[in-house]
Amino acid sequence: MFRRLPDLAVRKAVSFTFDGRSMQGREGDSIAAALLANGIDHVRVHPVSGAPRSPYCLMGVCFECLVTVNGVGNRQACQTELRDAMVIESQRGARAVSDEISQ
Amino acid sequence: MKTVTAHDLAETYDLVVVGAGPAGLSAAATAADHGVTVLLVDENASIGGQFYRAITTTPVEAPGLLGPDFWKGRPLAQRIAAAPVSYLPKAAVWNIVAPTGPAAGFEIGVSGGGAARVILAHQCILATGALERPFPVPGWTLPGVMTAGAAQTLLKESGLVPSGRTVLVGTGPLVYALAEKLAAAGAPPLAVLDTTIGANWSAALPWLPEFLISRFAVKGLRLLAALRRCTRVISGVSEVALDGTGQGVERIRFRRHGGAEETLAVDYALLHQGVIPNIALSCVAGCSHDWDPLQLCWFPTTDATFQSSVGGLAIAGDGAGIGGAESALIAGEIAAIGAIGRLGFVAADICDGLIAGKRRQWSRSLRGRRFIDHLYQPGRQFRIPANPSTIVCRCEEVTAGQIRRAVVEGGIGPNQVKAFLRSGMGPCQGRLCGQTVTELIAEARGVTPADVGYFHLRPPVKPVTLAELAALKR
Repeated sequence: MFRRLPDLAVRKAVSFTFDGRSMQGREGDSIAAALLANGIDHVRVHPVSGAPRSPYCLMGVCFECLVTVNGVGNRQACQTELRDAMVIESQRGARAVSDEISQ
Repeated sequence: MKTVTAHDLAETYDLVVVGAGPAGLSAAATAADHGVTVLLVDENASIGGQFYRAITTTPVEAPGLLGPDFWKGRPLAQRIAAAPVSYLPKAAVWNIVAPTGPAAGFEIGVSGGGAARVILAHQCILATGALERPFPVPGWTLPGVMTAGAAQTLLKESGLVPSGRTVLVGTGPLVYALAEKLAAAGAPPLAVLDTTIGANWSAALPWLPEFLISRFAVKGLRLLAALRRCTRVISGVSEVALDGTGQGVERIRFRRHGGAEETLAVDYALLHQGVIPNIALSCVAGCSHDWDPLQLCWFPTTDATFQSSVGGLAIAGDGAGIGGAESALIAGEIAAIGAIGRLGFVAADICDGLIAGKRRQWSRSLRGRRFIDHLYQPGRQFRIPANPSTIVCRCEEVTAGQIRRAVVEGGIGPNQVKAFLRSGMGPCQGRLCGQTVTELIAEARGVTPADVGYFHLRPPVKPVTLAELAALKR
């Protein structure tokens, strides 16, 4: 995991959930930073091989940190600011066609 | 500076600047100071780009930790704050269409905050900077393996450091600077595995005198001395592989000068072997590119004002060739003066005089760079994987062996190979594999990367939702 340095400027705590678990980050964190600070080292399962993947570049280039945010899939965790009460979910493999669409 | 949302945007701007790093900030401020209407679009939540990331918002207050070079971004941040610029943060530019006639403008597709817009710009400056060169070694997709730049970002933006056994792997100033910063922050790396090629010294040596009188010299030598005090430096690393389980990286295997295999148990491996221009938007806009045989990367060809082969579109800073933050800042000013001249805000002869002066300043800022480029040119084995099972395209999990086979089967360039294997078709659109695919094919065919070419990139270069597209005004 990543840990916060002890003598940082005070920033407000931000609460969110990741796969249903309650967590806290700080104002100014990206989602990726907040997840890494909470010991979440991998955020998705690769759609091709099923291998776990984690944030890699932290600058919006690699698309490894894709997560579902408040129901919207394929958001770049490193490019999305953490907000209070965000519901963040890992992405597990390729998306299935929902029953609603396939019928 | 006025922060705007995608909803607030005007239909037309004299100048749109993409990217709020050193080049983009100085370009936007320079143009706005001359009365040009400027929109500055950026992906991040705050200004600074990568080098000056979070310059106005970082929680890291101890000035020594981020270093004096970082805080040099402060005057630039103050300058842009005072300039009459419209600033659209947290937004992605996903398309640029060059004007079809002299009266038309660039059509720029931009989205942010759930809304997409297509706006017009008479002139455009791309200041989208650089990205870290891919480092395709076995196991580089394991959780816990990140770039050195990623660790820099986490430190600047959130004051985070890796906790656990961390190794830095690679070559170039950023590796050493990060090791020193992590040590100063109380999280010294276990080791630096230096992949710098010893033989590079002979090519670098003729440039040593120029380096020694440059602004890099004192800084660089001080850094290298400090490095050996704060961590274990393992030089001459000629081979690297990362092993792990489903949970992440567990150990790094390496050889020195092709010798016996050694291992270290690790929790994090931070990779870096230099940076290359981010050419996604210059490709989509139709600019001509060339291969730099020294920096080993594609770059858009530009004129004295950094105008690309597409008239009215300039590329300033590392996006036009790697020079670093200080030279990017000057390049931004030059590109802005060029745009102001073409817009007719300042007479051409006055612009020419200003540009000549700034070009001299820009050349001086690059002094010492040649030495660095030669010395830290990454080794072939770390750019063009010999191991056939090494993943090259992370998004579609395409290996080096598959790409070599595709060449034998008639894939003469990146676009044919893409059609065969999907390499470059995933969410990153080839940003993390394009360079490797080009070099792999060139090696397999025995030709130069310039002969092989690059992916045809098509819009949108960043994801846009269907809802955003559907809501676009026509």
